[in-house]
Amino acid sequence: MSGNRITGAKAIIESLRKEGVDIIFGYPGGAILPTYDALFDSDIRHILVRHEQSAAHAADGYARATGKVGVCMATSGPGATNLITGIANAYMDSVPLVVFTGQVPRPLIGNDAFQEVDIKGITMPITKHSYLVQDASEIPKIIKEAFYIASTGRPGPVLIDLPKDVTTEEIEFEYPAEVNLRGYRPKLMGNEQQIKRAALAIAKAERPVIYVGGGAIISNAAEEVRALAEKIMAPVATTLMGIGVFPEDHPLALHMLGMHGTKYANYAVQESDLLIAIGVRFDDRVTGKVDSFAPEAKIIHIDIDPAEIGKNVRVDIPIVGDCKHVLQSLLKYVDRCRSERWIERIKQWKREFPLQYEYSDAVIKPQYVVERIHKACKDAIIVTEVGQNQMWAAQFFTYTEPRTFISPGGLGPMGYGFPAAIGAKLGRPDKTVFDIAGDGSFQMNSHELATAVKSNVPVIVAILNNGYLGMVRQWQELFFCRRYSETCIEGSVDFVKLAEAYGALGLRAERPSEVDDVIEEALRANRPTVIDFVCDPEENVFPMVPAGASINEMLEG
Amino acid sequence: MKHTLAVLVENKSGVLARVAGLFARRGYNIDSLAVGVTENPEISRMTIVVRGDDRVLEQVSKQLNKLIDVIKVSDLPSEESVERELALFKVAADASTRPAIMQLVDVFRANIIDVSKRSLIIEITGDEEKINAMESLLRDFGILEMCRTGRIAMSRGLKSVVYEDEG
Repeated sequence: MSGNRITGAKAIIESLRKEGVDIIFGYPGGAILPTYDALFDSDIRHILVRHEQSAAHAADGYARATGKVGVCMATSGPGATNLITGIANAYMDSVPLVVFTGQVPRPLIGNDAFQEVDIKGITMPITKHSYLVQDASEIPKIIKEAFYIASTGRPGPVLIDLPKDVTTEEIEFEYPAEVNLRGYRPKLMGNEQQIKRAALAIAKAERPVIYVGGGAIISNAAEEVRALAEKIMAPVATTLMGIGVFPEDHPLALHMLGMHGTKYANYAVQESDLLIAIGVRFDDRVTGKVDSFAPEAKIIHIDIDPAEIGKNVRVDIPIVGDCKHVLQSLLKYVDRCRSERWIERIKQWKREFPLQYEYSDAVIKPQYVVERIHKACKDAIIVTEVGQNQMWAAQFFTYTEPRTFISPGGLGPMGYGFPAAIGAKLGRPDKTVFDIAGDGSFQMNSHELATAVKSNVPVIVAILNNGYLGMVRQWQELFFCRRYSETCIEGSVDFVKLAEAYGALGLRAERPSEVDDVIEEALRANRPTVIDFVCDPEENVFPMVPAGASINEMLEG
Repeated sequence: MKHTLAVLVENKSGVLARVAGLFARRGYNIDSLAVGVTENPEISRMTIVVRGDDRVLEQVSKQLNKLIDVIKVSDLPSEESVERELALFKVAADASTRPAIMQLVDVFRANIIDVSKRSLIIEITGDEEKINAMESLLRDFGILEMCRTGRIAMSRGLKSVVYEDEG
């Protein structure tokens, strides 16, 4: 017996230290109080958000920017339910999170006690795994497992529900050295035979396209993706989640594909004879109409999650494994394929159909703002909200490194960007972090200005303010005869004054000539800043594939 | 097309909810689900009958396998397995119909486990078809109550659905 008896709450903090956690995003409350009390004595930094949803989003942004596990914490009941959007978002985008929630004491569970909710039950469909701690002695083992599950295989959020009396009980603390879960053995290495088959298919290809997603970023496979593209001479399209994994200034870059992808990416995919899908899940925003997606292509699909293979599209050569490992093996077998004419064709498409917008001297175009942010700060981390701002940020900034574009792809919650930007900046203090926002999205979590100011997190919110819920308005324009039902939010708040009220810097640009100046001023200020870019209210995101159409059936502006 | 899956899971609280929830939210149709502990008390075995083509079956198996508490998923093709379910029928029976019912029970090698003046409870085990046949014959007498366990199944011969520790 070591005689090392500590409370459950102290055991939680001790376990987090063993996992190397240095920051927690959270909000205290009754049921989690003992844990907060233990946190008071520790050197782990706690960021007090103003709404629990932001705690989850901030932990998510931190995780995406750093590749580490994000940790957030809330009390029972309403604290726990406020985390849900953030948990669901992390689940959809495979972000490693460990989420702690307080729970009423064990004897009260099931009695509809004050601030009681079955958070484990509620979050079952949106977590990779979850625990209700029944006995304080389980805490170290559960935390060890939670971090392991969250960060390995296909990452995802893991929830640990902590009854209050469990956190006050004393236990003998010993942190387990390893995890043994018989139902969970992620497969890292791809099947050698399948990899050889893939290499053979590549050798025969004349019109190959590499289609790469978030899975490649998660497995740190950027180098391998690039090596593969250059070795076999195949162009590379990325999903929204895959942005940054392949340098967009590379001659083989096709940029984003799908609903708001480039014309040349979508044409290339549709006419390809071989699609090498790496760490993607054939999301409907990418495939458009599934039946006519890449109709002539043989499909190689590399993914660590076997359930993704064959889920949405038929796959000819499935390879289950970690992208990095699989690509390293694949690279040994491949050679340049006969793609010369194909590459020429793609160059032609790129010249013919570049991403573009109509510049104006009189009114600020949102695309212009994104371009100027890129000009001013090429190696910034760009976090986005959801909607038009997100798509313009994806289209008009040139990303060259993984983990520099952080965007909620699967769930698409408005309000993600700002708290996630706070998390990203705390994880990467060396980087300039912009939240490219819409006026609608920013207002969903603008109260986090208090967090940014109080915790001194100098992120820059660039609001592409068009007075509308822009993407919804765009759909109304195109598909609902311009009946702008409840999408005009013009004049909702003075963003400069709002920023100032919180103690942040507020800036505004109303003409294109002012754009560079406010960006410069924001960069110089090095404090939480909101820039209100008053933009063209009816600018649209193009190209656009209407929902349900094939991806080469794009609308133009 | 019906498939029978044998699913080994951790014998812990909440695992059934996780499995059932997965079926519900992904829109897979469960025909029946039977759960009981295995020879290893830490492990439970679920027998799940699911309807769908091979693609659905593949997705169901893969999604089940993703659950941390799921240890093993095996498809048990009916031609290579024995399948049983247990049913109880409470049938209206008086002195005049009782002999006929008892004859049926004999033919089906079922058991009568409760007798009252106006009813009988019959216990029968067998594959689904046998129980369906029994049900349709008993219907003429008046089924007052019926309950079925859902299918359980096991591979024929030495092939087994068991967890073998790799470590």
